[in-house]
Amino acid sequence: METPGPAGSARMSTYAAQAPLLQLEECTVQFGGLTAVSDLCLKLSGPEIVGLIGPNGAGKTTVFNLVTGVYRPTGGVIRYRGETISGEKPWEITARGIARTFQNIRLFPSLSVFDNVRVAFHLHLKHDSRDSVWRGRSFLREEVDIEAKVMELLEIFQLGKFRDSFANGLSYGDQRRLEIVRALATKPNLLLLDEPAAGMNPTEKAGLMKLIEFVEKKFQIAILLVEHDMQVVMGICRRIIVLDHGVKIAEGTPEEVRADKRVIEAYLGQAKE
Amino acid sequence: MNRFKMILSAWPKAILLALLAGCYLFWLLSNRLNPYYLAVLINIGINIILAVSLNLINGYTGQFSLGHAGFMAVGAYASASITMFVGPKVLGSAAANPLNPGTIALFLAALCLGGIAAAITGFLVGAPSLRLKGDYLAIVTLGFGEIIRVVFRNIDSLGGALGLNGIPSYTNIFWVLGTAVISIYVVLAMVHSTYGRGFLAVRDDEVAAEAMGLNTTRYKIVAFIVGAFFAGIAGGLYGHYTLSIDPKGFGFMRSIEIVVIVILGGMGNTGGVVAAAILLTLLPEFLRQYEKYQMVFYSLLLIILMLTRPQGLFAWKRRARPALRA
Amino acid sequence: MIEFLQQLINGLSVGFVYALLALGYTMVYGILRFINFAHSDVFMVGAFCGFYMGKHVPAHSLGGGLLVIVLTMLICAALGIIIERLAYRPLRGGSSLAVLITAIGVSLLLENVGQLVFGADPKYFPELFPAKVYVSSSGLRVSSNQLLVFVVTAVLLFALQWIVLRTRTGTAMRAVSFNAQAASLVGINNDRVISFTFGLGSALAAAGGILYSMNYPSIDPYMGILPGLKAFVAAVLGGIGNIPGAALGGILLGLIETFVKGTRFSTYTDAIAFGLLIVILLFRPAGLLGKFQVEKV
Repeated sequence: METPGPAGSARMSTYAAQAPLLQLEECTVQFGGLTAVSDLCLKLSGPEIVGLIGPNGAGKTTVFNLVTGVYRPTGGVIRYRGETISGEKPWEITARGIARTFQNIRLFPSLSVFDNVRVAFHLHLKHDSRDSVWRGRSFLREEVDIEAKVMELLEIFQLGKFRDSFANGLSYGDQRRLEIVRALATKPNLLLLDEPAAGMNPTEKAGLMKLIEFVEKKFQIAILLVEHDMQVVMGICRRIIVLDHGVKIAEGTPEEVRADKRVIEAYLGQAKE
Repeated sequence: MNRFKMILSAWPKAILLALLAGCYLFWLLSNRLNPYYLAVLINIGINIILAVSLNLINGYTGQFSLGHAGFMAVGAYASASITMFVGPKVLGSAAANPLNPGTIALFLAALCLGGIAAAITGFLVGAPSLRLKGDYLAIVTLGFGEIIRVVFRNIDSLGGALGLNGIPSYTNIFWVLGTAVISIYVVLAMVHSTYGRGFLAVRDDEVAAEAMGLNTTRYKIVAFIVGAFFAGIAGGLYGHYTLSIDPKGFGFMRSIEIVVIVILGGMGNTGGVVAAAILLTLLPEFLRQYEKYQMVFYSLLLIILMLTRPQGLFAWKRRARPALRA
Repeated sequence: MIEFLQQLINGLSVGFVYALLALGYTMVYGILRFINFAHSDVFMVGAFCGFYMGKHVPAHSLGGGLLVIVLTMLICAALGIIIERLAYRPLRGGSSLAVLITAIGVSLLLENVGQLVFGADPKYFPELFPAKVYVSSSGLRVSSNQLLVFVVTAVLLFALQWIVLRTRTGTAMRAVSFNAQAASLVGINNDRVISFTFGLGSALAAAGGILYSMNYPSIDPYMGILPGLKAFVAAVLGGIGNIPGAALGGILLGLIETFVKGTRFSTYTDAIAFGLLIVILLFRPAGLLGKFQVEKV
């Protein structure tokens, strides 16, 4: 599979090549009187797996929603490859190369497994509504091409045999995998995974950890992982950022974070092993 | 994918042409048919166009629009204006002959312009309504439909409240069935493509769709424009068939009748919607003696459908319940 | 100046009726986040109840008139509760679109059954209350029926505020509208509260139906559609889910409409309400007194 690149732009300016992939500069998100995230600074570069952890309500999903454009920052700036993306619409941000999965799996229930992934190829589509009606030769060629690409992706993750099943017919673990595959179809440089291990048994979790590492290596993308399960986080993340009540309280390698007093305090008890 | 679908997807345009040829043949033979049956067929055809086009907006894209009759009205009045006021000037006495090639050209041009006018209206209705969901969208589209009706009621040059009479009789079974076939083709072709899967994604889960890079706003607008376009053409065909139109006939009730067809057929199920259009056009004919109970029947049908079988009467087994999302 | 004051009186009298109707929409929306399309037809049923009961009660009597209003309110409250129980409750928790379509079905059912039962021809609403017209020295005309609208509506509004703010049921209503799940967890019987809300809203609609018909005595099975839609716009104008907002919205809309009727745009009066709705939803969806809520992803 060809190494994915951002949709559209082929060449990057030297500035952008040196700029980190994702950078949050003192970002704040407020809802009325409630501050969900405050003055958050975060940086991600190149292919790596970074964990984002914190007790419930710490603001982790808010950060995801912030980066993907669902929320606007009430303060601070978000940069992707040096360019400001705060305030852009979610689909514009995905077009730049940031993809995500959701805490409660959000597959398209009335679409088959095949179509769920196929829709995500929309960003790289050369054809539009008129072409679908006219059905000329180049349209047909592109459709065949996309079908091949979708099947290739599905096969890599052993989901090919389910291609015509409805997404909700799959087992929970398969659904999670499908959601990741769908996100990968948008050819991202940065993948945000929101609690992918939730509800999984130990075998499935081990499989997931291997899967995430595989994705990082094969597709050469950066992965930001929100997760409650410490075994998963400590196992695959090279770097961990800890949030509590919307504020970053620690950042470092798994060993450093494990030993950090503030982190232990924030969790008030044992981390799930 | 079953055999039937495979054949359809292999040669869609050939099948389309074959069907159109079939419609043409049918028209040539139509003078042997009892004029009453012909009239019913024309009504069926018009209802198919209306229902299939509304199905694109409501069914496939999940935007619950209650003002479809308004688009029909725009198409009807716009096309009638052209054939009644421009026609005689350009064609002279030939305008009276529906089979004259010049007249045919005029009629088709009028229909298309009516459709375009309706499409523009569809854009004007869709664009502001897009950030609204479910209940609000329904009421706003209802409101737009009523505004359109009130506007036409106030345009005296188009007959005002008394309606527009004397529309030339250009509609025949070929135009109606042909347009029905084309509208079905366009909707199916659009939806069953990689691009078209986006409509369903927008209906299923807008947030997820946006996260996958889909410009949900654009999809909704396209649905409204295409849906309104065909509704406008249906309006034009209707006007040149009944020869007289008035604003009352394009109100909320008319929109509801079309909505009932779409719901009965199954939102997002074009085949089912066509079947429902046929059924609901024929039923009043068979139950003529119970005509005064018709609307009671429709309303009970709506309630019972929603309580027992919201996916419509004709949902094939394979189809999962497309979540009626709001 | 006299013109203006006259229009003001006329506008208020229709606005108060819109307010009564709007309250039903806003209360149900506040609790269930759902637009009860059939509400406008309860209004119509109220008017017809008043019509038929009015025949059995001496005309022009204060006591008779009040009795009719109270009985009609009770009957329509029951109707509202039955509708909720049969048509809406089974769909609760499911897709909100399905309930909306069902509500449209119920609305059409009421209208068309009404047409079968009452006949499509408009009927003339009886004169329930002693009818007098008061003319001031400057030429201002107020009819006693208009005064009754003001008085009865004011009484009902105060009663509603009292119920909502000072009774346990009212507090329960507010709790359910803030967070239905939490409300049931603290022991509130959501089903009963919802039934009560529907009953209350329907009773107000019924009163509105009678008051409206006293001033516009021609009634027919489809009379509720337009006032209903306008009352809904009024509820949105005031901030949907907000009770004082609905009253405010109703009064404002009545005034706007009456003043427009006096201008050359009078034939567009109906379209004004819809236009207003679209403008509100585009620029200030929370309405005048409401709060805009963010959707949690």
